[in-house]
Amino acid sequence: MKTDDLITLMTHDAPVGMRYGRALTLALGAGIVVSTVLLVVTVGLRHNMVSVFETTRVLFKIVVTLMLAVLAARLAMRIGRPGAVTRFPALLLGVPLVMVATAVVTELSVLPDNAWRANLVGQNALFCLFFVPVLSLAPFAGLFWALKKGAPRNPAAAGAAAGLAAGAIAAAIYAWHCPDDSPLFLATWYTIAIAGVTSVGALLGRRWLRW
Amino acid sequence: MKQSTREEEWAAWLRLAIKGDAQAYNRFLVAVTPQLRRMARRRCDQFGAPASEAEDVVQEVLLAIHLKRGTWDPSRPLGPWLTTIVRNKLVDSLRRRGRHVNVPIEDVADFLEAGDETHEAADRLDTETMLARLRDPQRDIVRSISIEGHGIRETAARLKMTEVAVRVALHRALKSLAALYRSE
Repeated sequence: MKTDDLITLMTHDAPVGMRYGRALTLALGAGIVVSTVLLVVTVGLRHNMVSVFETTRVLFKIVVTLMLAVLAARLAMRIGRPGAVTRFPALLLGVPLVMVATAVVTELSVLPDNAWRANLVGQNALFCLFFVPVLSLAPFAGLFWALKKGAPRNPAAAGAAAGLAAGAIAAAIYAWHCPDDSPLFLATWYTIAIAGVTSVGALLGRRWLRW
Repeated sequence: MKQSTREEEWAAWLRLAIKGDAQAYNRFLVAVTPQLRRMARRRCDQFGAPASEAEDVVQEVLLAIHLKRGTWDPSRPLGPWLTTIVRNKLVDSLRRRGRHVNVPIEDVADFLEAGDETHEAADRLDTETMLARLRDPQRDIVRSISIEGHGIRETAARLKMTEVAVRVALHRALKSLAALYRSE
């Protein structure tokens, strides 16, 4: 095909259907709403949420998952935009990581040795491993749909960022149900669940986010 | 970073284009193409690859700009977006053709400044081969618009389709063309 003919074709397709920024916002919003509703109508919010909210561990769990969700979503929103800065947003992910590490050390120093195990295993470890990925499905699908319109330099990295964001959003939602409050629990089971979703994102991204 | 006059002009055109101004979009594409061609030629010359291959690379980069133009935020400068997308696609396209290259960013950055290379070389994927690989309404629409020079409305009337359907099929056809290049 002649390049001039191709230009003629593209000229006739000038208007953009949906701008990338709007697709991302829409996808994230819809994903968050769907997963929140899913949590509320299935397992529900923790029954004693109000009374336990002031305790440091609960507050920490809520804040740190929310922070990771916001930072990871910010990275995922940038990674598909050519020329956008991604290094700094990626480095910022270290902040919640350091916070969790600090909380774990604090927890270990406060708790007696014989209580470590019970706090680590908690009551609902397996359910957490199952439900965080379930809650991540909607934001995951949304982000992939939006990133498909993007132009990431590294499709696997973009998929991983989408997976991380979806997993973190799911964790931030699940935290409102989760009865296990120890940072030991958080650092173990939440991390495994989020890492799982991130890996799936990287694998699928490599195949689906090429352009 | 100082924005060149050319960059501002291109940005203004693309801003209008995104809102649906076909003329502005045409100006933008016609202005960008010679620069892309110059870069692609230089790379292909390095490998002793024929100019026809460079032309294929040009078309592939143009398609990438076209299909991904929604990722440019019009409130930001065009330069970083354009140079990144061009560089990524250029490297990707040449690599797929078995030419392992590293395109330095400065090389792409100066394409906002430098002179033109206007004459077009023959491409390798000829139109009929390409058309043959498109599906039915897409093929007729591409032929009608690009080769026979009809507009959307005329094409719709001739093919007894609605204008919206023609637009949708045209957009899909361009996506298919990009996919064809990727699988070459």
